[in-house]
Amino acid sequence: MPDFEIVTREDFSDVTYLLEVRHPLMAKAAKPGQFVIVMLHENGERIPLTIADFDREKGTITLVIQAVGKTTRQMQQECQVGTSLYALVGPMGIPSPVSHAKKVVCVGGGLGVAPIYPQARAFKEAGAYVIGVVGFRNKDLVFWDKKFRAVCDEFIICTDDGSAGIKGLVTAGIAQAVEKHADIDEVIAIGPPIMMKGCAEATRPLKIKTMVSLNPVMVDGTGMCGGCRVKIGDQVKFACVDGPDFDGHLVDFDDLLMRLRRYTKEERMALDHWEHEKGCRLQKKISSAVKESARK
Amino acid sequence: MAKKKTIRTIPQERTPMPEQPAAVRARNFEEVACGYHPDDALRESERCLMCPDQPCVSGCPVGINIPGFIQKINQKDLRGAYDILTETSLLPAICGRVCPQENQCEGKCTVGDSLEPVAIGRLERFVGDTAIREGWANIPYIEPSGFKVGIIGSGPAGMACAADMAKAGCDVTVFEAFHQPGGVLKYGIPDFRLPNSVIDAEINNLRKLGVKFQCNTLVGRLFTVEQMTTEMGFDAVFVGVGAGYPTMLGIPGDSLNGVLSANELLTRCNLMRAKEFPNFDTPQPIGKRVAVVGAGNTAMDAMRVSLRLGAEKVYCIYRRSRKEAPARAEEVHHAEEEGVEFHWLTNPVAVLDNGSGGVRGMRCVRMELGEPDESGRRRPVPVPGSEFDFEVDLIVYAIGTNANPIMGQTSKLKLNKWGYIDTDANLATSMAGVFAGGDIVTGAATVIMAMGAGRKAAASMKAYLGIRDPQHPYHSGEDTLFGIDLAEKNFVRVRA
Repeated sequence: MPDFEIVTREDFSDVTYLLEVRHPLMAKAAKPGQFVIVMLHENGERIPLTIADFDREKGTITLVIQAVGKTTRQMQQECQVGTSLYALVGPMGIPSPVSHAKKVVCVGGGLGVAPIYPQARAFKEAGAYVIGVVGFRNKDLVFWDKKFRAVCDEFIICTDDGSAGIKGLVTAGIAQAVEKHADIDEVIAIGPPIMMKGCAEATRPLKIKTMVSLNPVMVDGTGMCGGCRVKIGDQVKFACVDGPDFDGHLVDFDDLLMRLRRYTKEERMALDHWEHEKGCRLQKKISSAVKESARK
Repeated sequence: MAKKKTIRTIPQERTPMPEQPAAVRARNFEEVACGYHPDDALRESERCLMCPDQPCVSGCPVGINIPGFIQKINQKDLRGAYDILTETSLLPAICGRVCPQENQCEGKCTVGDSLEPVAIGRLERFVGDTAIREGWANIPYIEPSGFKVGIIGSGPAGMACAADMAKAGCDVTVFEAFHQPGGVLKYGIPDFRLPNSVIDAEINNLRKLGVKFQCNTLVGRLFTVEQMTTEMGFDAVFVGVGAGYPTMLGIPGDSLNGVLSANELLTRCNLMRAKEFPNFDTPQPIGKRVAVVGAGNTAMDAMRVSLRLGAEKVYCIYRRSRKEAPARAEEVHHAEEEGVEFHWLTNPVAVLDNGSGGVRGMRCVRMELGEPDESGRRRPVPVPGSEFDFEVDLIVYAIGTNANPIMGQTSKLKLNKWGYIDTDANLATSMAGVFAGGDIVTGAATVIMAMGAGRKAAASMKAYLGIRDPQHPYHSGEDTLFGIDLAEKNFVRVRA
């Protein structure tokens, strides 16, 4: 049995897909809020992905991925059921604390809906009143709504264009929840940094504790390079071993957003290089097929 | 009888090792020092006086029989030399390259009192390389002891401990978080000082001893040390996870893009092979003008890697003087030859922003040496009003590391006030059966010190498990149960 075998794949849209990977030990150890580092192949890069779910009995973990650059696009193409990842290490990071909050709002934006799900479930199991707020660009991108609804007491969908649920960003959903409930203890938000920043700004004046899960650039994920350092209040923390969860009101989001742009040029280069190579391979295939048929 | 060698009759000059010219090598990742040709090795072996008191051996942290292996080289018996080396040194091709011999064996060499000391490291490397090329491995017959030993971290400490425990008949598994074993030898030390192929060859020798390497395994998170000693059935555990957690300077501008730790630069380049981007996926854009802060071996590696990645100008910024620089003299010399510009007694006070999140330069202050501090080194103090700006676009911090917090977060291992694992003199931790050594105990040190710690921990583990140490064999007669088999050397054997 190959290591890190992909046992299930599901495509949510043109760009988002789910992989369920066999790793019994990790399925046993994983807790909500933790992440893994994946390498697709020997020459690959190490990329961090949040553990969206885990099935201890089946011995699998679930990753939900958005094809944004070279590695995630190549994974979208090559990671089929029965294939294996070259490397998969984790669970990394400190598990999200399931606090004693009695009433929580779990906010997931886009892909962030996946990792916030096990947290919502954990809060539900701990007896909290859970309000789920999820945001997507439009209704075609919506996924896991039924699954999510099942662990929530209230569930609010927001779409940018209003094609599903309420029209607007997740902050609109938070506003709706806050208006109805004066006694919200905690907000947990996972999604693009700009969305988490919005959530933190929305709750700051209300003084509602807000936890966010940061996604800086990482290499090893074990605390030995500092590539993932983030500014939390007046301290520098490494998201991979001190996080990835931090108090959203203390996070310097502008610093995070700037540091995420560090490799924009190289990311573009890698993608172009890959697509060019892919094109060349395709070209070769076609020309050899043409030759083959000519011979016949 | 051969005439007795004296200081007058031996070759007066140390046999030089062929090297790539500085101008050429500064732009490639090939090894700088090309190694001895057999004639060179023979000539250098002539210089050993075979002195009876063998001061060199006492200078070697693992006590290699140095005159013994040199004599074999002299007799052109390289296999014999390898056999003697492997009685004590497990990784000769590595140690011969990275040990700071000037402070160890060569520092004590008698010849060194009046001439240059015998090039023990180069000779060790020569034998190690020959063994790799010839495919030699000394795999003794090992009687299984029935004990299961877990080793966390596959760096020099873990490798040394694994080898000793395997030779003692234990079932050894080494857990490594990265996708390849080797620790700092792989991600830290660049190919031009220690090629990855040499590390892989030495690791394969450990595999031949029965050591299992399990990569992609982050102990502390995937399972804990406690789980290893209980449900997973390990009789003893060695923690050799290194120091990790790089220190940042804590000056304004630290978080700008273009400021990174030497660990990150080196990991991207050496392990992830960013030097071959985009054929390898990990990028490491290098600046035109790079400043490396610090003057240890890591700093030297970072500077020389930066040059090879295409930097036009590389500066070393160090707050003390050249005399206090912790790097090996040879490394400083190599960096200098390759064109690194050194700025001694200079300390950064701020990183300057280029307006779009990147680095434009660095503001530094001149330093002068004041009174000696607790460590005995003279404390550098800033010269008031001496600030000046430096134009650079990439800044690498090589100013040391702190304890990695993962072990402390996830186990009950007692830590000291700096967060390193607390051990007794025998490297036993606060948990029964759990030993620790290397940088996670001492803070960042050298490869050979980590190897020494791994071996010391192995000796303690053997004592803890009740395995007799073959280093101290006893020959009590026919009914000996444990001991050293002189024909097969240095392992435990049970006679029927």
